[in-house]
Amino acid sequence: MSDPILRIKDLKVNYGGIEAVKGISLDVPKGEIVTLIGANGAGKSSTLRAISGLVKPTSGTIEFEGEDITAKNPTDIVTKGITLVPEGRKIFPDLTVKENLRVGAYLRKDDITDDINWVYDLFPRLKERSWQAGGTLSGGEQQMLAVGRALMSRPKVIMMDEPSLGLAPLVVRGIFDIIKEINKQGMTILLIEQNANMALKTAHLGYVMETGRITLSGPGKELLTNESVKAAYLGT
Amino acid sequence: MTNTLVKKNNTGKYIAIICLALVYILAILLDNFLPATSFTLMLIPVLQKGAIYALLCVSMNLLNGFTGLFSLGQAGFMLIGGYVYAAITIPAAQHDSVYQYFDSAIRFSIPEILSNVIGKGPGTIVGVIISLIIAGLIAALFAFLIGFPVLRLKSDYLAIATLGFAEIIRAVFQWEGLGAITNGSNQLRKYVTLSGMELNFGSFTLELGTLFLFVIVTVCVALVVLLINSSYGRALKAIRDDEIAAEAMGISLFKHKMISFIISSFFAGVGGALLAMFQTTIQANAFKSAMTYEILLMVVIGGIGSISGSCIASFLYIALSEWILRFLDEGSLFGLISVPFFRDGFRKVVFSVVIMIIVLFFSKGIMGDKEISFKGIGGLLTRLKNKKKKTAPAAEAVSEEGEANE
Repeated sequence: MSDPILRIKDLKVNYGGIEAVKGISLDVPKGEIVTLIGANGAGKSSTLRAISGLVKPTSGTIEFEGEDITAKNPTDIVTKGITLVPEGRKIFPDLTVKENLRVGAYLRKDDITDDINWVYDLFPRLKERSWQAGGTLSGGEQQMLAVGRALMSRPKVIMMDEPSLGLAPLVVRGIFDIIKEINKQGMTILLIEQNANMALKTAHLGYVMETGRITLSGPGKELLTNESVKAAYLGT
Repeated sequence: MTNTLVKKNNTGKYIAIICLALVYILAILLDNFLPATSFTLMLIPVLQKGAIYALLCVSMNLLNGFTGLFSLGQAGFMLIGGYVYAAITIPAAQHDSVYQYFDSAIRFSIPEILSNVIGKGPGTIVGVIISLIIAGLIAALFAFLIGFPVLRLKSDYLAIATLGFAEIIRAVFQWEGLGAITNGSNQLRKYVTLSGMELNFGSFTLELGTLFLFVIVTVCVALVVLLINSSYGRALKAIRDDEIAAEAMGISLFKHKMISFIISSFFAGVGGALLAMFQTTIQANAFKSAMTYEILLMVVIGGIGSISGSCIASFLYIALSEWILRFLDEGSLFGLISVPFFRDGFRKVVFSVVIMIIVLFFSKGIMGDKEISFKGIGGLLTRLKNKKKKTAPAAEAVSEEGEANE
């Protein structure tokens, strides 16, 4: 395996006065889908927030393409090529779909017409709703918009926080198809999920997180058959 | 498609230019050529005050409506702008009579200096424009300084902090220690007012007060509109909609809030200076928090997040409160029927009830977050024309509406 695009070493993060992440290390190889699964409050979201610079880790390092990006601010991190799709979608409800996409490309100074068309190709539904306010979209469409918005910054790594949250099963499948499609186009993906089944089926590499620590890791397909994962997350 | 779009854009532009030209011509006519009846004597100040408040509302809307920062410091920044303007435009010879109890520190007048260079009329006008910009810049400087501590606060706390700032400014400007500049708790007067805006052509004097005011307000509002429609404006709206998501997109929250705060305060300062010109005298004690609330009310009535709403509401509010509802105070209906409970102060009662009804039942205000768009009106006219020919494809119309809103 070549050098990973994103490498996390002994990361500790405090969230609301509690140590939510208690020293985790994980590698995200370039061009792969990596998933981090675990129950509510395992510290998955805190990990992503620390990588994207929204919170400062208490210790540990985050390396991106060999460069230390620990505790940099979100603006720098997005510029370097890591973009977060936040939990609960968090699209801008009063902006139109197109404006949402434009905000996604806010830090870019070059022409974004091609990228908007690229996102519209990925999500034809967004093209139809181009002039609609983001808040009027359905849950699934909002998730598409959130992913599309993140793609607009032309990231090298896209991090998704629970993209399947609160969506109907059929819509969830659609979202995961899109994740695979984006990955095929060369994007590295770090995915957080409670829907362990879907996530492990999609991912090349999986990490299992429990109360702030990583307890298991391995190829997604292997974890799917792992007895303790089955018992804890797959309900079989 | 591209061709029709370009054509429609122009239609909108022409309508906008024609409307603006009509307003400007009306302003010149009112000041110079129309007979001074009781109607025009009331109309002129109402239009002037309405225009000033339109600018103040737009400046507040930039912050409260477009950036989602609930600030109540408006009166403070207006006060700074008004005082700075007054202090640097009082003619040098008048300083001793204005600053009766103090030794005036500023002994120059920018309009006067320019008058000596390029003649009285144009010199005064250019000097006043420069003074207005300086007034705005000083207000913006204060915003920059207090922005560091207060912009880290959220919602209600920000409102309290900025309200406190405005009250402190009001107290400081009445403090005798600054008397050499602020004249203590006494008023500043004899500075250049709207009636000082005139050009002499031989024996004929062209009064330009109302026109000057309208031009300044149009330019300022246009600048805000340009800002809002730029990518900066989109970033501000993104922050308003969702701070976390905006930050995740790489938008620096503090930097953009600061930009919005500074620009809003700049225009509040200019608005305060214009208000000083309108009032002919200025005294710090008048800039109470009630003034901020009044502007906030107009913003709410017009629609939070709508520039055109703010403009409509300010003219409507000023016209109602200063003029149309006056009859309620005069004890009779149109001077015909005497109504016993119409007496001094009754206007305010009715006004408060009207406001309560608006806030309760029309909480989105007149415009919501929509805008009147001349491009849209232009598009509508063309579409009506097309409808006659029955060749307007629906899809095209929809996309153009979107383009116009952008």
